[in-house]
Amino acid sequence: MRHVLAVLVEDKPGVLVRVAGLFARRGFNIESLAVGRTVDPGISRMTIELDADEKTLEQVVKQLHKLVNVIKVTNLTREPSVSRELVLIKVRAPAASRAEIQQIVETFRAKIVDVSLQSLIIEVTGNDEKLEAIQLLLSHYGILELVRTGKIALLRGAKTIRNGEGNNHGKDLL
Amino acid sequence: MKLSGAHMIVEALKQEKVDVVFGYPGGKVLNLYDALYDAGITHYLSRHEQGAIHAADGYARVTGRPGVVFTTSGPGATNIVTGLANAYMDSVPLVAFTGQVATSMIGTDAFQEADIFGITLPITKHNYLVTSVEDLPRIIKEAFHLAATGRPGPVLIDLPTDVQSAVADFRYPQTVCIPGYNPTYDGHPGQINRAAKAIARAKKPLFYVGGGVVTAGAHEELRQLAEKADIPVTTTLMGIGGFPGNHPLSLGMLGMHGTYWANMAMHEADLIVAVGARFDDRVTGDLSTFARGAKVVHIDIDPAEIGKNVSVDIPIVGDVKRVLAELLKKVAPKTHPKWLAKIEDWRREVPLAYVQEPDGEILPQYVIESIWRETGGQALIATDVGQHQMWVAQYYRFTRPRAFITSGGLGTMGFGLPASLGVQIGAPGETVFCIAGDGSFQMNLQELATAVSYNLPVKVAIINNRYLGMVRQWQELFYKKRYSAVDLSKSPDFVKLAEAFGACGLRAEKPQEVVPAIRKALETPGPVVIDFRVRTEENVFPMVPPNSPINEMMRGSCV
Repeated sequence: MRHVLAVLVEDKPGVLVRVAGLFARRGFNIESLAVGRTVDPGISRMTIELDADEKTLEQVVKQLHKLVNVIKVTNLTREPSVSRELVLIKVRAPAASRAEIQQIVETFRAKIVDVSLQSLIIEVTGNDEKLEAIQLLLSHYGILELVRTGKIALLRGAKTIRNGEGNNHGKDLL
Repeated sequence: MKLSGAHMIVEALKQEKVDVVFGYPGGKVLNLYDALYDAGITHYLSRHEQGAIHAADGYARVTGRPGVVFTTSGPGATNIVTGLANAYMDSVPLVAFTGQVATSMIGTDAFQEADIFGITLPITKHNYLVTSVEDLPRIIKEAFHLAATGRPGPVLIDLPTDVQSAVADFRYPQTVCIPGYNPTYDGHPGQINRAAKAIARAKKPLFYVGGGVVTAGAHEELRQLAEKADIPVTTTLMGIGGFPGNHPLSLGMLGMHGTYWANMAMHEADLIVAVGARFDDRVTGDLSTFARGAKVVHIDIDPAEIGKNVSVDIPIVGDVKRVLAELLKKVAPKTHPKWLAKIEDWRREVPLAYVQEPDGEILPQYVIESIWRETGGQALIATDVGQHQMWVAQYYRFTRPRAFITSGGLGTMGFGLPASLGVQIGAPGETVFCIAGDGSFQMNLQELATAVSYNLPVKVAIINNRYLGMVRQWQELFYKKRYSAVDLSKSPDFVKLAEAFGACGLRAEKPQEVVPAIRKALETPGPVVIDFRVRTEENVFPMVPPNSPINEMMRGSCV
């Protein structure tokens, strides 16, 4: 099953290597990983998307907690949350197909952010289904290059992963 | 007070009450060694950095306090990698200080530069590359805290030369603030109640005890609980000494070379109370057939160990000493005569046994039992890894914790001799043996020079079968006796070797010479090496073949 983990980490050198290395070492697969600063100075947030069964997921969460620089791990899949990912797609766009592509862009509320004679770069934000749908449609014209940011997500409502639910060093076990 | 980074380290060590460090100097720790010169801290110079870290490891295991290691950058640092991995696997508290090239040179492939921070990420509990001298007091404080608390482990601090020489204000913090590190010490009361009820209901309960009991100093609580509820106790290799080996409820070690009755009890138990143990593959054998009829209580300080290999019915995260003390209050006295009688039957069915013919070759088991007898079972014993290690586990009945010092998780050959030196330094008045194989001994024999230099009276018993015995045993049993690369018959003369180092060398070639050699070694002040020439193709039995059910043991000589 697909899971999205929000991981708060101390913004210390090597913390990304520690997390990535842990996944590699223990044979866990990362589908996507996005990292950035938070409003709290010194604290970064990683959003990790992974495919894992329950037993593997439990190990992932516990092993993440063992890393000294990891402050909190929350499984956002278990709670109402909003997730988004941004994709830049460079698509082949000769004059003949340009109008059709523009229509697709409008339908998906995407944006054209670069124009050349032979190609367009399209910026689109959304959830998995939306991104897959537009990618499928654009592939018809020929996708030259594509880049994704990796998924980011927040809990719905006023609750945050700092004050809300979240595992804390195995206490969730009990 | 203003201090250089190097002097900060020395001051911080004093604040941490460190009076002994192990190490080997070099170009990138000259500042550190200069600060150490008149610091009043005893430094033991090994002959190889691996020796230094294993000695620190042995020191930590016997004293329960963090061992401290100094090495230089590059090769000095990479030479302690095995020692860090070893300590990490066995949860031993160490703090390693390594020199590093100047911060301005990092990443340039400078002379003796190695990314020891990157290399040791997966084999340390935590590690640091210090880039500013202002951070140093906090980092050292954190390092000692991390190494010694929760599930202990090694911590490495990499020190660029300019950080060692830079001067800043020194105030050693009294507290640490690590937001991501809050070990759980008190077990959940509800879970402890459930465990107590499970014990009350169980007809065939068993304590399965690992190194966590030794680390936490929970041996007394365990003994009281076992006696109160009349529950037999089996230990892992790391748990040896956590329960007295001569206690009527002791089943000895379980697992691949454990006793038949311990493995049968594990297989047939209806309740397994795992305490500070981690269901390692050497214990469980084939997981699909492991302890299928048993309810499992798992007590451990590390939540990640619970449910990792075996599903657990009652998880209790906490310090095992505190949890056992709570459990002791809640468990009512009871007895299990039928269960214990059944275990006795197994004990009679396949005893640990060997027959030492008076005119035959020396049997290794006889050497171990003789050392046990001659030392009254009270020696501190460091071992290497292999057949001799298993025979020590089987035949030296340890009665106290921190007396059996062995490389469990990583299985590091070459651990024994340097570890025994750390043990002797940590426990100066005690009789210390290093029991080694002829293969293992040769992996770090240079440390005999360290033993002689500091006149550490360690007695090194080489169980010399002229083979890499454990590998040979597997080749005999599972590879049709195709003995590939295990012949050690052209090893040096260990008696002459000992003498060349300035130690006493003894040899026993006949069974009658075994006890006199041990007595002579015990009477001789200073380090002694005894070359016990034992039967070449003796095997360790009983044995659970790899990935087999633990109730299907090869009995060998134990029938």
